[in-house]
Amino acid sequence: MTSKNSSTATGIGRVLIAVYAVMALGATARSVFQIATKFDDAPVAYVLSALAGAVYIVATIALVRSGPLWFRVAAIAIVFELVGVVTVGILSMADAVLFPADTVWSSFGAGYLFVPLVLPVLGLFWLSRVRKAQVND
Amino acid sequence: MVEWFVWAQVSIAVIAGLAAIAVGFVGVKPNDYTLGATLLVEVLLLVQLVMAVVAPLLGNAATGSALEFWIYLVSAILIPPAAVMWGLIERNRWSTVILGVACLSIAVMVYRMSQIWFVQLA
Repeated sequence: MTSKNSSTATGIGRVLIAVYAVMALGATARSVFQIATKFDDAPVAYVLSALAGAVYIVATIALVRSGPLWFRVAAIAIVFELVGVVTVGILSMADAVLFPADTVWSSFGAGYLFVPLVLPVLGLFWLSRVRKAQVND
Repeated sequence: MVEWFVWAQVSIAVIAGLAAIAVGFVGVKPNDYTLGATLLVEVLLLVQLVMAVVAPLLGNAATGSALEFWIYLVSAILIPPAAVMWGLIERNRWSTVILGVACLSIAVMVYRMSQIWFVQLA
């Protein structure tokens, strides 16, 4: 991790990317199923789920790529996720009809073992470490 | 799905996952044990695939959405080979952790599949 090549895709950053890839697959596949079969039950929540899946895909790609632009894309995607999981988490407590339990961000990601809540925090922590390592080079 | 097989599968995936993450953080590169355990998780998924085809013919059909079940199963089957390939290409400790992450993901997905098959709340 102290190598000169301090990109987001080195060391434990690899693990982060793998987890993001799994979340991208899981959230996207599930939302496609939900939109295809029961869109009318909760259109807002399912569209948001699809959006969440798309953002996970963007975050995965951005973490794999190197360079300042991709670093920024990763940061924006991860912040978006954090805001999304907290906002939808609160809204799903208040309005269970608009946000039923089976979306990726409902109840702060409880259906996904709170990975959606923990992952952006770890992601931002990782980005800040990479940024510091780059500054120190 | 057959309940005891689900529990065996989830248990093996959890043990394989936690063990790989633990030895990965210690610094062990992907080896025959961690790669083998991940392949075992994959083989059990393939057995589950065969069972999921045969069981409905014997009167044991999913109580929930078959489509959702199959999306989970197909997605799950893709994960361990990807992790194993990663572990073979990149020989460092983080690849071992990734094998563990893959196995734990499978445990969660198989558990979700069992809920779709057996449990309907609505």
